[in-house]
Amino acid sequence: MKLKVLVVAITVAIISSCGVDGKKSDKAVSPKEEKKEVVELDPMKDKGVGPITSITLGEVDEAMASEGKEIFKAKCSACHKMSKRFVGPGLAGVTERRTPEWIMNMILDPEKMVAENEAAKKLLAEYLSPMANQSLTEKEARAILEYFRTVPAE
Amino acid sequence: MKTIFKSLLAITVLSIVYSCGNGGSNKGSQGALSSSAAEKVYVAPGEHDEFYAFVSGGFSGQLAVYGLPSGRLFKVIPVFSVDAEKAYGFNEETKPMLNTSHGFIPWDDSHHPDISQTAGELDGRYVFINGNNTPRIAKIDLTTFETTEIIEVPNSAGNHSSSFVTENTEYVVAGTRFSVPFPQRDMPIDEYKGNFKGALSFISVDPEDGGMDLKFQIRMPGFDYDLSHPGRGDSHGWFFFTTYNTEEANSLLEVNASQNDKDFIAAINWKKIEEFVNNGGGTKMPTNYAHNVYDEHTHTATSTMKKEVLVVDPSDVPGAIYFMPTPKSPHGCDVDPSGEYIVGSGKLAAELTIHSFSKMLKAIEDKNFDGDAYGIPILSYEATLAGAVKQPGLGPLHTEFDGQGNAYTTFFISSEVVKWKLGTWEVIDRKPTYYSVGHLMIPGGNSRKPFGKYVLAMNKITKDRYLPTGPEVTQSAQLYDITGEKMELLLDFPTVGEPHYAAGIPADIVKANSKKFFKLEDNKHEHATKSEAEAKVVRDGNEVHIYMTMIRSHFAPDNIEGIQVGDKVYFHVTNLEQDYDVPHGISVIGANTSELLIMPGQTESFVWEPKQVGVWPFYCTDFCSALHQEMQGYIRVSPKGSSVPIKFTLDGDAVDAE
Repeated sequence: MKLKVLVVAITVAIISSCGVDGKKSDKAVSPKEEKKEVVELDPMKDKGVGPITSITLGEVDEAMASEGKEIFKAKCSACHKMSKRFVGPGLAGVTERRTPEWIMNMILDPEKMVAENEAAKKLLAEYLSPMANQSLTEKEARAILEYFRTVPAE
Repeated sequence: MKTIFKSLLAITVLSIVYSCGNGGSNKGSQGALSSSAAEKVYVAPGEHDEFYAFVSGGFSGQLAVYGLPSGRLFKVIPVFSVDAEKAYGFNEETKPMLNTSHGFIPWDDSHHPDISQTAGELDGRYVFINGNNTPRIAKIDLTTFETTEIIEVPNSAGNHSSSFVTENTEYVVAGTRFSVPFPQRDMPIDEYKGNFKGALSFISVDPEDGGMDLKFQIRMPGFDYDLSHPGRGDSHGWFFFTTYNTEEANSLLEVNASQNDKDFIAAINWKKIEEFVNNGGGTKMPTNYAHNVYDEHTHTATSTMKKEVLVVDPSDVPGAIYFMPTPKSPHGCDVDPSGEYIVGSGKLAAELTIHSFSKMLKAIEDKNFDGDAYGIPILSYEATLAGAVKQPGLGPLHTEFDGQGNAYTTFFISSEVVKWKLGTWEVIDRKPTYYSVGHLMIPGGNSRKPFGKYVLAMNKITKDRYLPTGPEVTQSAQLYDITGEKMELLLDFPTVGEPHYAAGIPADIVKANSKKFFKLEDNKHEHATKSEAEAKVVRDGNEVHIYMTMIRSHFAPDNIEGIQVGDKVYFHVTNLEQDYDVPHGISVIGANTSELLIMPGQTESFVWEPKQVGVWPFYCTDFCSALHQEMQGYIRVSPKGSSVPIKFTLDGDAVDAE
């Protein structure tokens, strides 16, 4: 009896190791039919999706802001102006309209944001041109956020 | 009872192991359950091939990158050719790459790619390849898969016994095929014998940045130097060259260069010559050759003319060079992974000749000579002979190794690949090729560590293998599985240009280093525009420089005025994207070097000389985004002498407005 169990166990073990060895299992993967309710969040509570889950802001760091301005100029200004709508939205006062996390997630992973975040989806529908991922580091995105804090809405 | 269960267990385990092995690379499984050829070369959508194969394009001057086992073509790297797909040789940045002492030579014959090595194993940093016709050696960087350096080889002609690397890529070696007056001079052709010489060039490779430098040339007797390979392991420090036309004929070579029963393999102790050179030896000779370097940060090539070369005559360094007699105009000169055996493929010989490195050293020590040629000792044939593969086939050309003690040799005339055993010299298997195979390739098959899973045969004739396409039919390569005792033909696939020779490497060694895009902050191009605010148009006499940027999905500026007929307009275009696989292109009506494809973070330039008044559109030539069709602009061309001022805008504003 024990031996039978052993045979089965070993067989199973070998079959599964075989599978790991590059053989694809035939398991059919059926897409899960989960219906998510679309809930519009208060923009000042919506942190978006992406690498940034929590940011604590202190006093504006002027040095960081000026560094952020330079990065913005090089990597973002081809599509965003502060004062006006361009390829993308005008950004003066953006920190009064969006959470710091949302802003940084939009910079760092725009593909995921426009796929999964309701507010970002709406922006894409309005502006049509998907935001380019400029491969910025978290530090660079944080500096840009600091720069945004220094440019209030007009 | 227990015994029954035990046997049951054993059977179960065995059968499962067996069926499992068939799907993998189980060596030698030839049973009815062995998988089909199609399954072995099938790489499912989205999955990656196991090997890169770098296959030269022969007369096309290119190097093509394929995946193995699928045979899928990934990229054609222009090396000694201009290429409209890559703008190589068309844009201002890469034109200097094709400069030579004969001027701009946009087309050459690319032959023998070889991958850089460390400690005798493939390291996947560079591929080197030779241009035959106007002798050059190129280096392709495997982080960008682009040609980054080309050095012309002076005093050489028909740069054929090239471009093979030593065990630690100390040198890439380039040997002349044709002997010529050295240095070149005006003299009667029929005074060839004794007066023409053959240059064997040792180009050092900087271990840090890969920079090439022609360190020295050996001025050899006026034979033809056909192919070569470095020693490895114990024979590291030596280099071996096959020769033919030791008759020194200068006409009707098919008859006159086939007179001698034996030609030579030249064995060269390059370490000894290097030492001689490092101690101030050799003669500095005036010459003229181009050295072209592409800088990844300036995205620009520069060409420098070099005026001097260090030449060593064999008599300068006694005991550094010997000849090993080898039957009948040998072609391939291939060293096994241990470095002990040197295989000479006498292309008109009835057998394959294998020399022994250790026996060669002994023969040198014993002064077992059989005369000399121009002062270079000829070793006794029997003294260096390790063995011969008898009646292996007709027209042997080239041998590579599987690392399991087997060698694989191509036979052009009998159109087959023959597997034979090192040491016993017995033939194990032979398989036909379709048709007339030239070279073959096993990934790492000319290194200390071959990856003996496949052999790629590169054929000279295709005839009926594919749908006909007129008199000029496709070129072709064939893939064989060599994991079993017998070889198995798996796949035919068409190639770009003549698949002359190849080097292969496991993808894992290379792919992680492949660059995704160029960082904008590292862009040191003389005419880079690193933000839209810096875009501008500058007139300087009748030259106009447009500093333009591109990002999904617009140019800045996209409205330009103030250009005049007769101007020479330089577009310097920077792609501001910083994401993988978002190139943009640009072209403008009437530009003969346009259609540039510019990678993220890169700057490229082209010249436009407008000949007609009007308002001419320019547009993105690479489908970049959903709004690609909107990525367009206008440039106004006024009559010569017009008072229309230079003006450049985007969305009605000066581009630097904010």
